[in-house]
Amino acid sequence: MLRIGKLPIAVFALFIVAFPWIAHKVPPIENYTDIMIFVGIYCLITLGLSLLMGYAGQISIGHAAFYGIGAYTSAILTANYGLDPWLCMFFGIILSAVVAVLVGAPSLKLRGHYLAMATLAFGIIVYIVFNEETAWTGGPDGMTGIPGLSLLGFAFDSVDRYYYLVWIFVFAAFIFTANLIQSDTGRALRAIHASEPAAGAMGVDISGYKLLVFVYSAVLASLAGSLYAHYLNFINPSTFDLFFSIKLLIMIALGGMYNLWGAIIGAGLITFLSYEWLHYFEEFEVIVYGAILLVVTIFLPKGLAGTPEIVEGWFRK
Amino acid sequence: MNFIGEDNILEVNRVNMAFGGLMALSHLSFKVKRGMIKAVIGPNGAGKTTLFNIITGSFPPTEGSIIFKGMPVEHLKAHKIAHRGISRTFQTVELFDNMTVLENVMLGCHTRIRTSFLASGLRLPMARKKEAQIREKAMKILKFIGLAEKFKDPADSLPLGEQKILEIGRALAGDPDLICLDEPAAGLNETETYVASSLIRAINAKGITVLLVEHDMKVIMNISDEIVVLNYGQKIAEGSPDQIQNNARVIEAYLGSG
Repeated sequence: MLRIGKLPIAVFALFIVAFPWIAHKVPPIENYTDIMIFVGIYCLITLGLSLLMGYAGQISIGHAAFYGIGAYTSAILTANYGLDPWLCMFFGIILSAVVAVLVGAPSLKLRGHYLAMATLAFGIIVYIVFNEETAWTGGPDGMTGIPGLSLLGFAFDSVDRYYYLVWIFVFAAFIFTANLIQSDTGRALRAIHASEPAAGAMGVDISGYKLLVFVYSAVLASLAGSLYAHYLNFINPSTFDLFFSIKLLIMIALGGMYNLWGAIIGAGLITFLSYEWLHYFEEFEVIVYGAILLVVTIFLPKGLAGTPEIVEGWFRK
Repeated sequence: MNFIGEDNILEVNRVNMAFGGLMALSHLSFKVKRGMIKAVIGPNGAGKTTLFNIITGSFPPTEGSIIFKGMPVEHLKAHKIAHRGISRTFQTVELFDNMTVLENVMLGCHTRIRTSFLASGLRLPMARKKEAQIREKAMKILKFIGLAEKFKDPADSLPLGEQKILEIGRALAGDPDLICLDEPAAGLNETETYVASSLIRAINAKGITVLLVEHDMKVIMNISDEIVVLNYGQKIAEGSPDQIQNNARVIEAYLGSG
């Protein structure tokens, strides 16, 4: 559950580095590099969210809103005011963190799933704001003219370049989160998960840590939103609706919330399903997600990342 | 200058605790001198665990105050009280069963040594140094309580007796001034009970004040300096083990009036 081995990270890093090169060689998967950019963007969100769900034991049904706040902050400040994209990304993060404190602080002081309800309402409100504040957001038509990203004159203007940029962020977030779990902070989170009365009695500030993790997950979602906006150069509100928040939860349930690899596996599979493999089902796609959620909760409560444990159990018998 | 703090580490002043219409504690007052082992006894439902929960901040009393080292703490949350120097164990073992023996004790150090969010995430040298400190301290405590060899085992794989001992170790890791033990001998066999009582004495010898709830009279009479007796949320007697053993009201509460 805990140790994030160096070898799996190295193997995975190698795979990510080599992926665009392989995709170019194999025509049927040539467009997969583009999809992998979205996988990376969603991984940023699911990493934070799995920490929130698996370790702090809280559910957020409103992370599409933080994703949207990041995207719109970047879009509005760059397209309308011409500010530096990196600076706007940073502003988006600050705004998301402040909003997360405002939403999270009152609901995380209470025991139980109040955060789920608060974020559900919050997500819907933010979605309405994106649609109605036409002067700022362009309303349902969305916004165009969002510039791409460049650093010191190097423009991330091709799919391959943007791919590497996004995955550098993902690796940074993955390592930061893995360090966190294996530190004193992670121990405190696991203690909260195991027994709140005992954690409190040992000096762990329960609502403080839950809030910290919620804010961290909001910051990652906001960063993902900014990366999304600068990649597509166009955003509209439908990307940030309630269904996306639920899709994120399905990613985490499928991958497994007690293991950081689960966040990556879940984001990868669901993204490829929805972008590539489920076209055939058209609007019945939703039923497939429902079936996945059903099967996973019944047969794989720890998600796909928990299967090695199950297999190990068979052999022990 | 705090003269109260010099002598009495803990004062319970006219504490009332009502759960709806039920008075779990009424007008309870007593003091705990620094450095002693004080036991709280009483029949089931007398309010002993409620008292512990109030002292350690699980919930505030309906009325009254708790003074710890000269400062009122009854309004503080559990983690703040832990930082002030009160630690506890639980009647039904509340170990972190998703952690190893060592990690349980390491978590106990949380009140004294902590790393910040950023330092942990970036794995700064400072964070690594602190983590090593925490580990070293936790190992020292495991040696003290005699569980050093099992440091790698999952906490829930230990037998009940050792789980109770481990809980005491975890509580010690925060360097408390006062440790509240809720039935440390409950469910233990004779050997385990002997180990637990010697450990409590050893903790006390380190200068840590012990407040103890226990049903095992042999343990109580053996190790405590003073005893408070509760019945239906009220104090019915207080004194040395000898005084309590001969107190008519205590005998009546335990055996019923005949």
